[in-house]
Amino acid sequence: MSAALSIRGLTVSHGARQVLRGVDLEVAPGEIVALMGVSGAGKSTALRCVAALQAFDAGSVDAAGFALRPGPVPRESALRELRGRVGMVFQAHSLFEHLTALQNVTLAPLHALRWAPSRAESVAMELLGMLGVAGRAGAYPRQLSGGEAQRVAIARALAPDPALLLMDEPTSALDPARRGALGDALRALAAQGRGLLISTHDVDFARAHADRVAVLSEGVMVECGAAAEVLARPTHPATRELLRGSAD
Amino acid sequence: MPTTFRFRVRLAPPLLLLAFATLCATAVSTAASAQAVLRWGGDAEGGAPFVEADPANPAIVRGFDVEIAEMIARGLGREPRFVQVAWASIPQSAERGDFEIGLSGVEDRPELRARHALTIPYFEFQEVLAVRPADRGRYRTLADLAGRRVATLGGTLAYELLLAEKARTGLVPVSYDDDVHPYTDLVAGRVDAVLLDDVIAARALRRTGGFVIQPTSIAASHYVGVMASGNTALRDSVNEILRARMRDGSLEKTFRAWGVWSDAQAGYFRRATADTTAAKAAPAVAGTGRAPETARRPGLAMYLPALLRAAGITLVLSCLAMALAVALGIAVAAGRVYGPPVVRGALAVYVEVIRGTPVLLQLFVLYYGLSGVVRLPAFAAAVLGLGLNYAAYESEIYRAALQAIARPQLEAARTLGLTEFQILRLVRGPQALRLALAPMTNDFVALLKDSSLVSVITVVELTKQTAIYATNAGSWVVPGIVCSLIYLAFSLPLSRAARMLERRWSAA
Repeated sequence: MSAALSIRGLTVSHGARQVLRGVDLEVAPGEIVALMGVSGAGKSTALRCVAALQAFDAGSVDAAGFALRPGPVPRESALRELRGRVGMVFQAHSLFEHLTALQNVTLAPLHALRWAPSRAESVAMELLGMLGVAGRAGAYPRQLSGGEAQRVAIARALAPDPALLLMDEPTSALDPARRGALGDALRALAAQGRGLLISTHDVDFARAHADRVAVLSEGVMVECGAAAEVLARPTHPATRELLRGSAD
Repeated sequence: MPTTFRFRVRLAPPLLLLAFATLCATAVSTAASAQAVLRWGGDAEGGAPFVEADPANPAIVRGFDVEIAEMIARGLGREPRFVQVAWASIPQSAERGDFEIGLSGVEDRPELRARHALTIPYFEFQEVLAVRPADRGRYRTLADLAGRRVATLGGTLAYELLLAEKARTGLVPVSYDDDVHPYTDLVAGRVDAVLLDDVIAARALRRTGGFVIQPTSIAASHYVGVMASGNTALRDSVNEILRARMRDGSLEKTFRAWGVWSDAQAGYFRRATADTTAAKAAPAVAGTGRAPETARRPGLAMYLPALLRAAGITLVLSCLAMALAVALGIAVAAGRVYGPPVVRGALAVYVEVIRGTPVLLQLFVLYYGLSGVVRLPAFAAAVLGLGLNYAAYESEIYRAALQAIARPQLEAARTLGLTEFQILRLVRGPQALRLALAPMTNDFVALLKDSSLVSVITVVELTKQTAIYATNAGSWVVPGIVCSLIYLAFSLPLSRAARMLERRWSAA
């Protein structure tokens, strides 16, 4: 089976500053990979490149079988297949404030995939139910707690049934109990055969829920391996700094 | 004959200069020589032969009314001093003491006589019909014009005659704020006839031509001087002076010099000097016309139907113009946010030109300026003019609102596979609309009030109708209150509805 995500030599510059310098990374189907690093290490940039929200200067990205090349971001019309296969959950959830939880989840199925309303709604309710927020389907985003909103946002990203799910700092708004629940939900998603790439600087979360950990430092991949291995015996100063930060 | 004209809308720069000069002169002289000066009011925008600014020196006025003012001042042993005032405001301006006597083609009307001190009439004019040459045989009287559009100045005897005829035969009166455009619109085919004073008609014929004046007089009336109601002593003195100048031929000489003397005028002078009681009685309306409806004292009950009709016009006009402004504003905002550079540039020019020029000017250009290219009906021009104007302001509101939507919201929509247009329609637009609601409501209330400007292109809306009522009633108190209440009745519920909607959205 091919990789859910394969990144080779990914390089991104902002003017003279190199944000990512030749990053290689693979995510297998059913695997949860934590992309770690301190703020500014390039985690979000890497996710944005994979989601085709940002151009890159060199390297290649194969996201669930869709190849992205260096140069400007392609037009949306050329990205339809990618959008169906790669879902993204943004930091601070970014739910659409004017739509209910259910409407947030049915938006893509109804308008991007042109499903019948009944099908879109039943799939959306199923996802909300799986994530434990079916009872909040009629609520607007501002009426939801941080954890509820996070799970609605995951349901929204999952509605098109993507093979690869990207998540940017999913635990930042959650208390420890909620983090555990989120981890369990993500494991269930991976068990369905999806690849999950999660940017986080939450060491405990990564240790508890990720299969592998990749550590970025100043745009360079400095360490990559099994979560238990890397976080137990860090070899790079940047990883040790992460662990120290988490211990504080 | 100079080619200035009787025109009540402030456009001509020399007149502003004149008004300023007059103001300065008045300020300097008032204290020094109050006794020796006769302040008289007139409207230099009315132009020759009534009162016009001397093209060579706009600080000096001339015309037959100017010469009559000089005669009166001399007779009183005073120095005449001109005060510029808008024609429709002359009686009320006299009443509040801006000047002692108003002379500027002021029509002798019963309701005026009831409220102010009027001189004896010093000039008899005829209301005459102007028609296109081809209609010379068809439209000779008002009865011939049943169902046709007939133009005149708002708030005049002629307008009252047309209103009376409207009730009787379905003739359609079209009210203008100036006496130039009725004739140009007659030639252009926008109206079928113009009913106005023979003096004005003759001047328009010289200036623009292209029409004929029917020989039959529809009605006759007179020009008078108007003073504050308590100023009867001055009135009596002025009447003596006017009679003396009729007898000694000075008035005739003046009228001849300005080309407005006629045999009928001579007949009137003979009657007026022979019968001194003519000074007190309101002169009968002669000719084939009948006494206008407003010979009664105009009350609210009489004007209410007209006010409500005008209010309906204001409301419908404002709603249509706002609908156009919103639709166009959304298109312009979308073009400026999403369009290629050429489109963005062109739309920016549109927005800046519209916002940088007066809406009054835009209405004039649209209605009169473009009449050679496209001849819009007045109401359509009003909707289009206000709509195009407000679209520029709406587009800026929507553009700001669109740009206020956070980038992650748009990126989230992109990762869901929505097209740019779907994102605008389903995510960005609806959220921007919520932000734009409050400023939009403000703009609609502003538009409701700005709609009063369209009276310059002959649409009689609420403010214009109120002005007509106030002019006839001789007071702005009741008309002003009623008019304000109607505007508030429109704007308050709207603001309320907008606040409710905002509350509902913010609760969501």
